Amino acid sequence: MNKTNIPRGLMVAALILLAGVFIFPLWQITLEAAQFPGGLKLNIWINKFSGGEGEGDIISNINILNHYIGMQKIEPDAIPELQYFPIVVYIMMGLGLLAVWLNKTWVYAGWFIVLFVLGALGVYDFYLWLYDYGHNLDPTAPIKVPGMSFMPPLFGEKDLLNFYVKSYPHWGTIFLSISMVCALLATWFKFKQHSYVKK
Amino acid sequence: MTVLAVGITALLFSACKQNGSVKDATSAVKGDAAEEVYVAPGEYDEFYAFLSGGYSGNITAYGLPSGRLLKEIPVFSKYPENGYGYSEETKPFFNTSYGEVPWDDAHHIELSQTDGKFDGRWLFVNANNTPRIAKIDLQTFKTTEIIEIPDVAGLHCAPFITENSEYLVSGTRFSVPMPQKDVPIDSYKENFQGRVNYVSVDQETGEMSLSFQIQMPGFNYDLARNGKGVSHGWTFLTTYNSEEAHTMLEKNASQRDKDLMAVINWKKAEEHLEQGKGKEQKTSYYHNVMDESTGIVESEVKKSTTLLNPGDCEGMVYFVPVPKSPHGCDVSPSGEYLIGNGKLSADMTVFSFSKLKQAIENEQFAGDHNGIPIIDYEASLHGVLKEAGLGPLHTEFDGKGNAYTTFFISSEVVKWDLEETTVVDRKETYYSPGHLTIPGGETKEPYGKYLLAMNKITKDRYLPTGPELAHSAQLYNIEGEKMELILDFPTKGEPHYAQAIPADMIQPGVKKYHKLEENEHPYVAKGEGKAKVVRDGNEVHVYMTAIRSHFAPDNIEGIKMGDEVYFHVTNLEQSWDVPHGFTVQGAHEGGLLVMPGETLTLKWEPVKPGVFPFYCTDFCSALHQEMSGYVRVSPKGSDVELQWSLDEES
Repeated sequence: MNKTNIPRGLMVAALILLAGVFIFPLWQITLEAAQFPGGLKLNIWINKFSGGEGEGDIISNINILNHYIGMQKIEPDAIPELQYFPIVVYIMMGLGLLAVWLNKTWVYAGWFIVLFVLGALGVYDFYLWLYDYGHNLDPTAPIKVPGMSFMPPLFGEKDLLNFYVKSYPHWGTIFLSISMVCALLATWFKFKQHSYVKK
Repeated sequence: MTVLAVGITALLFSACKQNGSVKDATSAVKGDAAEEVYVAPGEYDEFYAFLSGGYSGNITAYGLPSGRLLKEIPVFSKYPENGYGYSEETKPFFNTSYGEVPWDDAHHIELSQTDGKFDGRWLFVNANNTPRIAKIDLQTFKTTEIIEIPDVAGLHCAPFITENSEYLVSGTRFSVPMPQKDVPIDSYKENFQGRVNYVSVDQETGEMSLSFQIQMPGFNYDLARNGKGVSHGWTFLTTYNSEEAHTMLEKNASQRDKDLMAVINWKKAEEHLEQGKGKEQKTSYYHNVMDESTGIVESEVKKSTTLLNPGDCEGMVYFVPVPKSPHGCDVSPSGEYLIGNGKLSADMTVFSFSKLKQAIENEQFAGDHNGIPIIDYEASLHGVLKEAGLGPLHTEFDGKGNAYTTFFISSEVVKWDLEETTVVDRKETYYSPGHLTIPGGETKEPYGKYLLAMNKITKDRYLPTGPELAHSAQLYNIEGEKMELILDFPTKGEPHYAQAIPADMIQPGVKKYHKLEENEHPYVAKGEGKAKVVRDGNEVHVYMTAIRSHFAPDNIEGIKMGDEVYFHVTNLEQSWDVPHGFTVQGAHEGGLLVMPGETLTLKWEPVKPGVFPFYCTDFCSALHQEMSGYVRVSPKGSDVELQWSLDEES
């Protein structure tokens, strides 16, 4: 590749990698217990939830388990983020194409910063949902959880009653992160070219 | 005196225990046998073995080599464990032209085949007493269809499958007047007939249909096999009582040195059928099929059958003589050798199919029976296995040129070379085996490895359980030159035949739960919001849901004396192994065991006013004990309105 095309190439790569959030889950929470060989897997996508293969409707199964401790039902239709997050990604892709066309250092930098901030806000938003589900428990539920808190970790592993819960980013988030790195590199190479031309 | 006699007997018995057969049996097991049959916790068996249950009317699935019982599959008998035959959906399975028959004697297992090999789609089994054939789905391990076979009696000789599952072939064990009529029993020779029946199998759905029947002389048709490979298109059936005796068969049906094996060219029968040689006969029989989307069994009464008469159909039926009252009739993997096991003979007759065919072509006949040619015995003989044991019953194959035969009287399994007709090895069984099975042992490509012998006599094999004992089965490793006894386990009912198939041909397709969205039961409630109670005259239909850990509704009022209450319970769970049970006090129809996504119905007729509990009978969850409710019954004419609720919300 011609050296002058490197930033553009990197930015195109960033866009392709960003599409990974539609192909893979962003996060995975695994609930391990004796009765669930292999664990119950909850995959969180940019626009939906899914379970492990052959597990059936994971949300319904988790809701059945959670009703014993009075956790409110997870209803995907009532989570607006699942509707507008994909739109945000489409907009970012559009802006990314614009950035490729303009091919300017500040445009690449700007795109990177916006994506980074959005990503960070997304993780914070996810934390708020976890906190809400984990603390908003029905006091008349059959099982009263000590401290009335049943919050899975955002990142890491934790014992929750009979479950050992693991929560980690999944491929979607990894692709998103590499996409950011590409945008950052595009900014860097463009900046270097610019200063070289100046000399 | 009596005490002394008992004491002496006990002494003799214990001496025998130490020095006699029991010790021999123990020492017959080699040192590492335990290792060979040990399936560690969490690991799976290598084979599924399906054993018929005889007079239990059911089938059992065992794992091999561990001998662990995996499941009892109810077929011809009511089964209180899961409500089979008690639920409104499954009751019609027992409809027959004799009325409701909720029991039978299930003998022979047949796994479906493609190209002469097991394909893991379906399992078929016969009912001996009230002639029927059932189909079991191997994704759900549930009976899904039962067809009655008309104008036969004692469907022992069934349901033998052809190499592409084209037909399930059966023969009548008892000849009877056909059609049934009131005649003196001693008019047997004049009035009694046999039938061989061809039930076709739909290759998409497995649905059975009686294609045609062949009118046969009044013998007792005992067992059969269909040809494969070179002999595909032919059926071979052993018969006894070619004497046509009607009393004291033990003696009178054992007079001749040779009985006859029927040889039927069913491809030829199809040609005759096409040429319109079949005669429509009036009859009446039931065909009961479960609709898989609703789980409801529908019964249909069929009114006619197509009969072929060998007299009108040239080249369709032959006989060949077999020594003394043959029982088993087995075809080698290549399809070339047919083995007639003469149960009163010490010899085993091996016919060669190519010689048999040649003899037919050359018309080497030694007379006829009512116009049916009898093929010359010598001309069709491959060889005779001389004095291998006493009372040969059944033979299977290992695909390496060996045959294995059970000997009932001498209580042993004998391995012999098919080509040379010489004995290779023999091992005792405990005691008196009937059938044996080798995984794939009746197919073109046996898997070999193990041999399971199913015994008729158990005696002292296990801790005693009074006069009634479980039948015993023994597992042998047959990989080496010598057979090795590796396991002994009790079975359920009286297993006759069994078939075993590699687990990986079934396991991946096994269904874990029913999809609720595919449930088309007319009384399904797909969600608690859909739960309701509807009155229709004196019938009350409760559309009930079950989910961990409550029913909806769980309070029902307004039921009156004289009502018929139908609880239609839908299990809303959509996860593996979360069944819910249901029953209500005083229910005459037992209980239900409802799988996830399924709807089952329990009929309840209250016998007195009051408030009666219903509850979940399967320990479904930590709060299973709380999974209950009440139904209030008011006197006839009471003004209590029909109402229902859950958590005080209607």
